[in-house]
Amino acid sequence: MDERRRVVLRGAGATGALAAALAAGLLKPERVLAATWDENAFRKKDVADALKIIGADDAVASKEVVLDVPEIAENGAVVPVEITSHVPGTTSIAVVIDKNPFPLTSRFDFMEGALPYVKLNVKMGQSSNIRVIAEAGGKHYVAMREVKVTIGGCGG
Amino acid sequence: MQRREFLRLLALAAAAGASLRPGASAAEAANELYELPAFGNVSLLHLTDTHAQLLPTYFREPSFNIGVGAAAGQPPHLVGEAFLKHFGIARGGRLAHAFTCLDFEAAARRYGKLGGFAHIATLIKRLRAARPHSLLLDGGDSWQGSATSLWTQGADMIGAQKLLGVELMTAHWEFTYGMARMKQAVDKELAPIEFIAHNVKTVDFEDPVFKPYSLRSLNGVPLAIIGQAFPYTPIANPRYMMDQWSFGIQERHLQKMIDEVRAKGARVVVLLSHNGMDVDLKLATRVRGIDIILGGHTHDGVPGATVVSNPGGRTLVTNAGSNGKFVAVMDLEVKGGAIADYRYRLLPVFANLLPADAAMAAYIESVRAPYRAKLEEKLALTEGLLYRRGNFNGSFDQLILDASMAVKGAELAFSPGFRWGTSLLPGDAITFEHVMDQTAITYPYSTLTEMTGKQIKSVLEDICDNLFNPDPYLQQGGDMVRVGGMTYACVPHATIGSRITDMRLAGKPIEAGRKYKVAGWAPVAQGASGEPIWEVVSRYLRERRTIPPLKLNLPRLIGVDGNGGIAV
Repeated sequence: MDERRRVVLRGAGATGALAAALAAGLLKPERVLAATWDENAFRKKDVADALKIIGADDAVASKEVVLDVPEIAENGAVVPVEITSHVPGTTSIAVVIDKNPFPLTSRFDFMEGALPYVKLNVKMGQSSNIRVIAEAGGKHYVAMREVKVTIGGCGG
Repeated sequence: MQRREFLRLLALAAAAGASLRPGASAAEAANELYELPAFGNVSLLHLTDTHAQLLPTYFREPSFNIGVGAAAGQPPHLVGEAFLKHFGIARGGRLAHAFTCLDFEAAARRYGKLGGFAHIATLIKRLRAARPHSLLLDGGDSWQGSATSLWTQGADMIGAQKLLGVELMTAHWEFTYGMARMKQAVDKELAPIEFIAHNVKTVDFEDPVFKPYSLRSLNGVPLAIIGQAFPYTPIANPRYMMDQWSFGIQERHLQKMIDEVRAKGARVVVLLSHNGMDVDLKLATRVRGIDIILGGHTHDGVPGATVVSNPGGRTLVTNAGSNGKFVAVMDLEVKGGAIADYRYRLLPVFANLLPADAAMAAYIESVRAPYRAKLEEKLALTEGLLYRRGNFNGSFDQLILDASMAVKGAELAFSPGFRWGTSLLPGDAITFEHVMDQTAITYPYSTLTEMTGKQIKSVLEDICDNLFNPDPYLQQGGDMVRVGGMTYACVPHATIGSRITDMRLAGKPIEAGRKYKVAGWAPVAQGASGEPIWEVVSRYLRERRTIPPLKLNLPRLIGVDGNGGIAV
């Protein structure tokens, strides 16, 4: 492991990787997003409402959307979520946590040619389903996993 | 279990049972047990979860080890008579004593203590003399569970492991000495023992913290041993102690490691696992290319290997008990680049059938000498059997609960459902060392908190789900928190939120909104403090001098009649 790399990047700040991706033109900057970005979806407290706004209420379950999450969160404040969409022509990936106060946590739009891969940390107050919705050609594909948040203790 | 494996087990048990009847002489028993003809061309010797018990101990196996869902009535969720029946072990004999709780006191007096590193060393030497091509693997939980391991931060055990000839290890409780101590021990003190854990990564860049696997060659057979540390270490134990490291089962990464070692030529792939047996059994159905999972964590002494089918073929899953009671022997016949046949035995280490190894005995003496007076302080005498292991409570935990409530002036008490902790027979002195055998952890703080009835219920539900969730991946491998003062009923087959019912204090229902004074210990939150629990218990014992047989506060169980994991 390279301690120097760790220190350098820590100094660069947590947004470094995202900034780099934007600079490389892989993620659409905000001004381009404005047309498709419905902030309202992030304000919905109900899963169904949020899904409806992003047009994903009819999403079909798909094994092409690969969701990697821990079975039990080590720290509910920082739960790693790794997503790869193998659906050809994926243009966006959205992450919904059913039991969060505002279930839609994030949405990523991809320019043509960008690899539909996202890794992010989400905050979870309690055990919940996490669903990930990939959009391609106007259709929506969903993968779902439950992540348990526990008080812990008592290990063998 | 496949029919062939079942028949093999029956045959082994019958052979063992022949002279391991109650009437067998010590010499006959020693020959039957330990003069094990070697088989095949490669052997793996495995011990796990010794919990730093350098000396022989009594360790009562559980009378409650309830399996839910598909695990109900299957190994490892069998106890007592159901266990004997399943494995064809004669009632009343040595094996019945080693593997079950039946008639524990009488059998313990008859057959003596088990384990102890000096006796384990003798057995290992004997086994290796007949198996020149073998590896000795330690599944972890080796550096925690005794006073001397705590006071030396595991150094006493590292010395014992080296003397024993351990070649590879993985871990769980070892991490509770903190990240700095782990790195220091692994990088500077452990050699020539290799530490392996594919599933520990840094939180920030997901860099591997340890070597994921080791490639070895035995008798011309290339084999790989992959390490799997306890996946829920930061959840079951205080996360601040290893907060720069992330764990987890990590199936996909494991598959990558398997494919990698296969590509490098490994013909036999072994997972040295601290997952717990239920997790290993599920993992074996989902990952391809592992020949053998040598498992620990759940302290299940299972005499046979379970054969699990998966898309890649089959995987043998074992679990080798705890507290130094057993040494597992997996003899393999590797032919044409694959395992053609095997023999598996889980050998109980009867201290009075195996003379102490002189070098190991001397080493153990040297470890204990500086602490002897403290260790041997007699605090009280017990009139009843004291033990811990079991799903809901043990008499040693009852003693800790009683002491906590009395000393702290609490209405209720909680004590963690650890699976380590040795046993004492009626009439034995309780020494300070025995108290440490139940409490020696790096976060021993005793606490007194006010909790509402609602909070109490939610804590019990949460922990009960870690034990009885039908998905093994959501089980953490500990037992239910022990409860003092309050009675309750438990429905293991229910779901989280509805397993705990009828909570009462002195006969009166617990009120959701009322606050109760609850004593506890081993808090996982950062910044916790309090007198170490061993001081609380020691003071209580010194004042009383004699401890009468204790009545266990056990929940009323609902819906598990006839479950093979209950023996009462």
